Amino acid sequence: MTSPTHIDGDAPEAMIARDMVKKAAIVGPILIVAFGFIWGVHGALSTAYGLAIVVANFVLAAAMLTWAGRISPGFVMGAALFGYLIRLSLIFMAIWLVREASWVELVPLGITIVVTHLGLLFWEMKRVSLSIAYPGLKPTPASKESTSK
Amino acid sequence: MSMLAQVTTAAEAVALTAADQKSISAAGYAGLAYGLATLGPGIGIGYLVGQSVQAMARQPEAAGMVRTTMFLGIAFTEALALIGFVVFILLKFV
Repeated sequence: MTSPTHIDGDAPEAMIARDMVKKAAIVGPILIVAFGFIWGVHGALSTAYGLAIVVANFVLAAAMLTWAGRISPGFVMGAALFGYLIRLSLIFMAIWLVREASWVELVPLGITIVVTHLGLLFWEMKRVSLSIAYPGLKPTPASKESTSK
Repeated sequence: MSMLAQVTTAAEAVALTAADQKSISAAGYAGLAYGLATLGPGIGIGYLVGQSVQAMARQPEAAGMVRTTMFLGIAFTEALALIGFVVFILLKFV
């Protein structure tokens, strides 16, 4: 039986997460350099660590929801709620374990986590809302274009 | 003289204990604040996903769009918990 959450092709969460990783790769170096200027090398390292935490969080969330979506809607509920708890615990552990490390500056780390998380989300939301409002503008993969010609 | 020294040592021990107690209660309150900060997003995510699953069951052809907006909604709701966590970390350790 096909579940109502089953989608042919790439899962939307995976596509969003992939797009966010690309965007993080664009803004990441800028943020690292900017915070590096303010807090020094330790600030730059902490910013990179915070960026890695945010990206890993998005990728893990997408992977869990994609996996659950292939099974059943009930699993989506479970994956979303327990995934939230698990990811929050992982972020907590990731920061708790390094909080006293010599290279960690907690202020840039905290700012990076909040700013990057919200910034990437707003950026992605803009793209998604545009693609929903104007589906014709949505870029199609090159292979699809060549087969349609 | 040794009596006075003993009294001083005892007073220092009491002061240390008070400082310890203050630190323990501060940690407890910080933990409570963080716990409360995660409650709201938990309720929000539960409601959001519940409604999304209902929407997908009613209109399976719109599942792609529903899941896209659901994923973004989950991430936005989760940002609240992250802000609470970051504030907790900054207040506790900085």
